Amino acid sequence: MKNPFDSLLGTVLCGLALTALLYALVRSVTGA
Amino acid sequence: MDWLQLGIGRWLHVMAGVLWVGLLYYFNFVQADALKAAQADGTAAGITKHVAPRALLWFRWAAVATWLLGAMLLGDKLDDAFLFKEKAYVPIGVGAWLGTIMFFNVWAIIWPNQKKILGLSPATEDEKARARRSAFLASRFNMMLSMPMLFFMVASGGLFRTTLFP
Repeated sequence: MKNPFDSLLGTVLCGLALTALLYALVRSVTGA
Repeated sequence: MDWLQLGIGRWLHVMAGVLWVGLLYYFNFVQADALKAAQADGTAAGITKHVAPRALLWFRWAAVATWLLGAMLLGDKLDDAFLFKEKAYVPIGVGAWLGTIMFFNVWAIIWPNQKKILGLSPATEDEKARARRSAFLASRFNMMLSMPMLFFMVASGGLFRTTLFP
């Protein structure tokens, strides 16, 4: 499997996915 | 003294952060590909000798300024944020942790490897090749982390906070 960090687009997509994941996690933790 | 800590301090924190993350984006969006093209036509020295060392100097010290000013902004709430003691400080705590991991990457991985690549510390060709890969991946990792880090920084204040974490 190709490392997503080898491409700029792959890195940005990982960043977007991580942002969505952390946002959902923080909302569930804070009960927002 | 709130005006100094929360007013001027926040402004300086954002300016230092723009310098740090701006240079991180320069490395990822511009320099990585530019260096490949420059190596192909034998003009890489222009970047490696004159641009990269200056960019790295501002990059790593902007990281220090950003982190210290961020810690100053949190003040006596530093432990509330980092240890997620209060729900209200969880969003900024996540942003602070992401920024701290990025800061660690700059000083513990990117800069020591860049010193080998740029010939500022002794390294064999094999060590340089490994350093190039490590620095590249750490830089890309920081690029990825910068996205949720910036999200939680802007989502932790004012109207953005009430919208995103009602």
